[in-house]
Amino acid sequence: MSIRVLPAPPAWLASASFMLRFLGKHTLATAYELGDFALFTGRSFSAAVGSRKLGRRVVRAVYEQGVRCVPVILIVGLFTGLVLGLQGYYVLNKFGSAGLLGTLVSLTLVRELAPVLAALMIVGQAGSALAAELGIQRNSEQIDALETMGASVHAYLISPRLIAALLVFPIQTAFFTLIGLLGGFLSGSVVLALQPGVYWSAVYRAVQPQDVRECLIKAVVFGLLTVAICAYNGFNAHRRKSSTGARAVSASTTRAVVFSSIIVLAADYAITSLLV
Amino acid sequence: MSTAPSSDLFLDVRAVHKRFGENVVLAGVDLAVPHGSVVTVLGKSGTGKSVFLKCLAGIVTPDSGEIRFAGRSLDADDAVCRAEFRRRCSYLFQNNALLDSITALENVALPLEQTTQIPNREIRERCLEALRQLDLEKHRDRYPSQLSGGMQKRLALARAIVTRPELVLFDEPTAGLDPLRRNAVFEMIVKYQRQFGFTAVLVTHDLPEALAASDQVALLDRGSMRFQGTPAAFNASNDPTVRAFRDSTDALKESIAALRRGENVNTENDL
Repeated sequence: MSIRVLPAPPAWLASASFMLRFLGKHTLATAYELGDFALFTGRSFSAAVGSRKLGRRVVRAVYEQGVRCVPVILIVGLFTGLVLGLQGYYVLNKFGSAGLLGTLVSLTLVRELAPVLAALMIVGQAGSALAAELGIQRNSEQIDALETMGASVHAYLISPRLIAALLVFPIQTAFFTLIGLLGGFLSGSVVLALQPGVYWSAVYRAVQPQDVRECLIKAVVFGLLTVAICAYNGFNAHRRKSSTGARAVSASTTRAVVFSSIIVLAADYAITSLLV
Repeated sequence: MSTAPSSDLFLDVRAVHKRFGENVVLAGVDLAVPHGSVVTVLGKSGTGKSVFLKCLAGIVTPDSGEIRFAGRSLDADDAVCRAEFRRRCSYLFQNNALLDSITALENVALPLEQTTQIPNREIRERCLEALRQLDLEKHRDRYPSQLSGGMQKRLALARAIVTRPELVLFDEPTAGLDPLRRNAVFEMIVKYQRQFGFTAVLVTHDLPEALAASDQVALLDRGSMRFQGTPAAFNASNDPTVRAFRDSTDALKESIAALRRGENVNTENDL
């Protein structure tokens, strides 16, 4: 009996097969994770119903996401306004339109920069802390302990943070906008030569109710998405295959911050496209 | 293997299997736990004792086998049955697993607040009573990180018993403790087991203390239960695995003496 040796497949076929397997594997993994994330978020909201002492935990979460983030929001907001005022004044002045500085600063802040930058700042401070805290609680079996005692882990750990995000993000965005407007005023009217009345009247005339509505919608969506992403990554730190222990917590925290930042920008584009 | 009649069993474990990838951890483990008894599962480190206990608690789902609790089969997919089990069972983690961002009192109150509709005032009274029984009342406003290792262990026990469970699972309750504290923990377990009347399943490798504190001992080795019976039966057993575990202290003395005489001793198989 003779054995016939089959020829090796051509290189292009092997590469194509590898590519298909690679794409298929990652598509399935992404679809699974998206579904799991949606269930996680939905479960966290539904678990809040009837949870005891939820109000106290929400207050604590508001403090973590809100009060502790106020300094960074104010500092970043002020400098954003200062830079906008400075750059805007010189550009507009070339065309003899320096009087429109208030319009430029207010619309840029209200429509785009305030919700986006405020969300990124909160992610950097409170989101990373949330992911790390949940990752450590997972590693030290605190989450397992809650499960074995029959408590709803979602109601206890996640729901208060999501509810707090719905309250905190719009307020922080409003703070960012107000301090940014003040920064623009300092650049344009205190440092440079624009009349204060011209600046503030342009702000007053430019901002319409739909701009404020768009700004608040963005803040709520960013808050919900980023806090859910940070909580999901920290909560599932033990599932990481590439690392364990402290490294898994660190990797989950990094992933939470990076994904949240990307999602903020992507969601900003999507919401702007829908509302403009 | 001597076991109690099945009608008296509070927890009845049959042929539990668990593997992680290619690593078979539990290869058909049986355990019979009579009502109101203290049963200790012994075994070398890495034999799957904690995995076995986590299977009982529902933290890890067994691949196959049956766990019967108070005559009812515990199905991992039966949420109502699992919830009922969790209501009647407490788990004491090896590292205590206390929530480090809340105080001692809040830790003890947590299971009552989150799983019952008991009024807040009654919860507080019950928690203070549990803390008083474990000599922790004056530390009620401290955070777990501000307590010593022994206090943390007692706090974890207070949290475990405050719900008045019928079954308490102890995962290596004396891990990392010195001999005096180890004795104190075993005394504490027996004292509160007698006081509250719960059934206890312990996992440990502290042989003398386990034999003194338990009504029954079981020996887990290479994924299966090699022995279950009374401490007296364990001491009288001629099973080679039981003898090796039981006589480990004598074996150590002989090995050390042989090494001092310059003889070769192979201990790698036991690691």
